[in-house]
Amino acid sequence: MAYSSKVIDHYENPRNVGAFEKDDPTIATGMVGAPACGDVMRLQLKVNAEGIIEDARFKTYGCGSAIASSSLVTEWVKGKTLAQAQDIKNTDIAQELALPPVKIHCSILAEDAIKAAIADYQQKHGSQE
Amino acid sequence: MKLPIYLDYAATTPVDQRVAEKMMQYMTMDGQYGNPASRSHRFGWQAEEAVELARSQVAELVNADPREIVWTSGATESNNLAIKGVAGFYHKKGKHLITLKTEHKAVLDTMRALEREGYEVTYLDVLPNGLVDMDALKAAIRPDTVLISIMFVNNEIGVVQDIPAIGELCREKGIIFHVDAAQAAGKVDIDLQQLKVDLMSFSAHKIYGPKGVGALYVRRKPRIRLEAQTHGGGHERGMRSGTLATHQIVGMGEAFRIAKDEMATERQRFETLRQRLWDGVKDIEQVFLNGDDAQRVPGITNISFNYVEGESLIMALKDIAVSSGSACTSASLEPSYVLRALGMSDELAHSSIRFSIGRYTTEEEIDHTIKIVNDAITRLRDMSPLWDMYKDGIDLNSVAWVAH
Repeated sequence: MAYSSKVIDHYENPRNVGAFEKDDPTIATGMVGAPACGDVMRLQLKVNAEGIIEDARFKTYGCGSAIASSSLVTEWVKGKTLAQAQDIKNTDIAQELALPPVKIHCSILAEDAIKAAIADYQQKHGSQE
Repeated sequence: MKLPIYLDYAATTPVDQRVAEKMMQYMTMDGQYGNPASRSHRFGWQAEEAVELARSQVAELVNADPREIVWTSGATESNNLAIKGVAGFYHKKGKHLITLKTEHKAVLDTMRALEREGYEVTYLDVLPNGLVDMDALKAAIRPDTVLISIMFVNNEIGVVQDIPAIGELCREKGIIFHVDAAQAAGKVDIDLQQLKVDLMSFSAHKIYGPKGVGALYVRRKPRIRLEAQTHGGGHERGMRSGTLATHQIVGMGEAFRIAKDEMATERQRFETLRQRLWDGVKDIEQVFLNGDDAQRVPGITNISFNYVEGESLIMALKDIAVSSGSACTSASLEPSYVLRALGMSDELAHSSIRFSIGRYTTEEEIDHTIKIVNDAITRLRDMSPLWDMYKDGIDLNSVAWVAH
């Protein structure tokens, strides 16, 4: 478990931990993973009328890399449009955090969480972009 | 108090200072560096004397005859020699072996190797408390069963199997009984005059001796035969060739001597520390002690902290050296197969930590550990969506998770 200093920093000082009211129409919630696999991420985005992500929150059950990946993603999505957020790739996350090969699935999960949250938003708003 | 606090004595122990000092006398020019197999000069005789004294010391801890002790490189080799040795020697009698799903990999993987050579192996489930289901064991016995291998003390959860009862069963059925006692020697009373055990594996480094040395007890009456796995100069009555590592063996002997002298007081002290540790964490919500409450060694405490993932917990406990599952498997992302065999869910198995205390553990260290654990659980649960759901009364089994 030789983690990079960035993973340790996010793990020890996670950004934007918490939850928004999930029934609020401006809130998009994505939950991915499974307890049996050892990681579950819940990512929430607060989206304003212009379709820009104003704020984000996460809670993650998982290893240090999973926590760091979700924490990093909450920082990255802020200020982005949903379309821009949709373009965040797991490889960017893995590279930024210097994840070891066995932890790449954590970055994939974080990307999936963004996509799940966006899908939730689109469903709430009748799938118009 | 030095940080990190070492609470992984079940993985290995530091060499006792007294042991290290003895070992130093058998290596250099100033010491007795002879080959114990050299019969023609004093150097060899002195080394042989040291090896035989150590053999007696190991035998005394377990009430065996010194002639029943065979030196090996460790418990893994002892397990290999016992299981493959019996299978090879007695294959005409039968090719079926029985073991538990909760055994150490050194037993399980040896069994797998035999399966590839045409042997049949039954891997028994255990009861949810980790103990052998005697009825299941009886039911698994076949006319062609030649060996049953069951560990004395489980390395992950610390439960103590009923070796006397299993021994009686094996003797009655005429089946050879092997016991991996790597975690038991020096922790529980072992009397091989009483126990109906035919083969028993020992390790030095689990009880303050050096790494790289162990022993196999091979019963003389009734005599158990083994097919050698290492061929060469015919050392150890042909059962295990190779020049004896005098300094390692002397260290193991001294470690076993100390264990015999200090086991009783040490066990009481461990029991107090174990109780203190458990009292300090048991009131946290959704915390479970794994393995039987009563049939256990005080040195090993395995606890599940529900809704907290094990690896992140270990990161949070960076000032405490503990393990998640066993050290042999912690490089993989699989939950512990031992905990799974108890019928635990993957997620609870993922959330488990083994604390193992030993000779140098102090009360102060336990108190600090309790504080760190409580803080870590609070912090990680605040970050855990599963904890939120549990608090909201959502049954996690009712959620349609997407496995990945």
